[in-house]
Amino acid sequence: MAETLTAAQRVIIARHPKRPNINDYINALFPQFFAMCGDRLCGEDKAILGGVALFHGQPVTVIGTQKGKTLEENLKCNFGMPNPEGYRKALRLMKQAEKFDRPVITLIDTSGAYPGMQAEEHGQGEAIARNLYEMSRLTVPVISVITGEGNSGGALALGVANRVLMLENAVYAILSPEGFATILWKDASRHEEACQLMKMTAPELKQLGIIDEIVPEPVGGAHLAPEIVFRELDRSIAAQLAQLNRHRGSALAADRYQKFRRMGMASKKEEP
Amino acid sequence: MNGIFSKRRSRLLAMKALRSSYVPPEQIIACPKCGAESTRREVSGNLSVCPQCGYHWPLGGYHRLSIILDSGTFRELNPKLPPADPLSFPGYRAKLQEVNRKTGLSEAVVAATGSIHGKKCVVAVLDSRFIMGSMSAAVGEVVASAVEYAGRVRLPLIIFSASGGARMQEGILSLMQMAKTSAALARFGEKKLLYISVLTDPTTGGVTASFASLGDIILAEPGALIGFAGPRVIEQTIGETLPEGFQRAEFLMEHGFVDRVVHRHQLRASLGQLLLLHERGG
Repeated sequence: MAETLTAAQRVIIARHPKRPNINDYINALFPQFFAMCGDRLCGEDKAILGGVALFHGQPVTVIGTQKGKTLEENLKCNFGMPNPEGYRKALRLMKQAEKFDRPVITLIDTSGAYPGMQAEEHGQGEAIARNLYEMSRLTVPVISVITGEGNSGGALALGVANRVLMLENAVYAILSPEGFATILWKDASRHEEACQLMKMTAPELKQLGIIDEIVPEPVGGAHLAPEIVFRELDRSIAAQLAQLNRHRGSALAADRYQKFRRMGMASKKEEP
Repeated sequence: MNGIFSKRRSRLLAMKALRSSYVPPEQIIACPKCGAESTRREVSGNLSVCPQCGYHWPLGGYHRLSIILDSGTFRELNPKLPPADPLSFPGYRAKLQEVNRKTGLSEAVVAATGSIHGKKCVVAVLDSRFIMGSMSAAVGEVVASAVEYAGRVRLPLIIFSASGGARMQEGILSLMQMAKTSAALARFGEKKLLYISVLTDPTTGGVTASFASLGDIILAEPGALIGFAGPRVIEQTIGETLPEGFQRAEFLMEHGFVDRVVHRHQLRASLGQLLLLHERGG
């Protein structure tokens, strides 16, 4: 059924206001969650939520973008568009995870890094670059899940992982289809056409070797039966983590390096 | 023997540099910043800097190398490039061919080994004449290969950035080059080798959010536009006009993201000085 959805339809599902968000996933999958705040430099960014929790009894660090569901929450979280303080907080928590030798699991749902004045003054580009640099060499397992929209460097800054999972109707792209159409054709209304060309859906990205696994959703999208997605995601993370837990330290960093080093070079992966 | 090859190399670079000049072909050139008219000879004799106001014209990759490297030391690195047009994007192949015809470049970056004041180094230069110096899989590959090569032969690395950001036609693969190049620099850094990033006009988007911001030392040319989001996107987001000088090199230095703004006339000397200061015995 879901196979017949177009990229543009998946974008609508990925942005659905009732789609499960990071708080739902944490409540369902990660008991004993203890949130941490602040980048220890100058700020706290509510667009990034992070902390320690248990996953199948194992302590893990969970970090992700947070959009909020009500307008009040949206405003507090800046609609899930992080500022540099958010990325630096995420990095702080990843380094903390490394110190205590626990895996990092990131949940990504963002329309991108915030393009504001203060974000630029505080080094948005540097903050994202630093995360890519440091994430690539973490000595603990890293699993990223694209749960909704994963747009631009703002998404990738949490996505340099050993395994990248993607919900069936999530999208992952260089930027929003509206932004893409604006840059390429100076016409945001051509976003549906952009969706067709961008190769942003989970099956397309699996074929390109950008993601490792597609997590199935119920027909019509995760919001129609969230418990199905929670169960599937739990199973996928558990299986991937069990594999990664067998390795430690430099082997995990080397695996991550090779994974991203190949991107763009290899011809398309064969269909599974 | 060596002398002959070195002369040949320097002539070859000079020829390529000539082709990669940005300054318009007219004999009298108006500066886009102050409007002052100068002769072509005056501008090129001044390293493509306006003799009146100091505006820095962008430089093509080979032109940049020809004014930065010691004469006769240029040796281009030619890594294997990934397949072009990975997403089969309509019209993209034709565009690549057209830009190639116009500029003589096969992609938006040139990487080479050479010397500055007698100190060997690896230098990569982005060329904004090639689709705005945007990050394609090929650009990511050339940069990552140059970083890895410098790490293998234990040479300092200098990257001159000039980029409008992502290569739209390569979509997600363009995005992944940010991770690839940053990861290569992380490995390079673990070897305790020097990386100097030089930001030139303009450096934005995915290049700013990856290798351009990761230098041990970050220099910038005067007036260069440097940022993650482009000024127009920010203005649309906040609904205001940005103040004069926002996201310029001097602004970034004031905010702690650039070590020094260096006039093009002093750039070679500054790089030579930094290489000297990081030299190890033997």
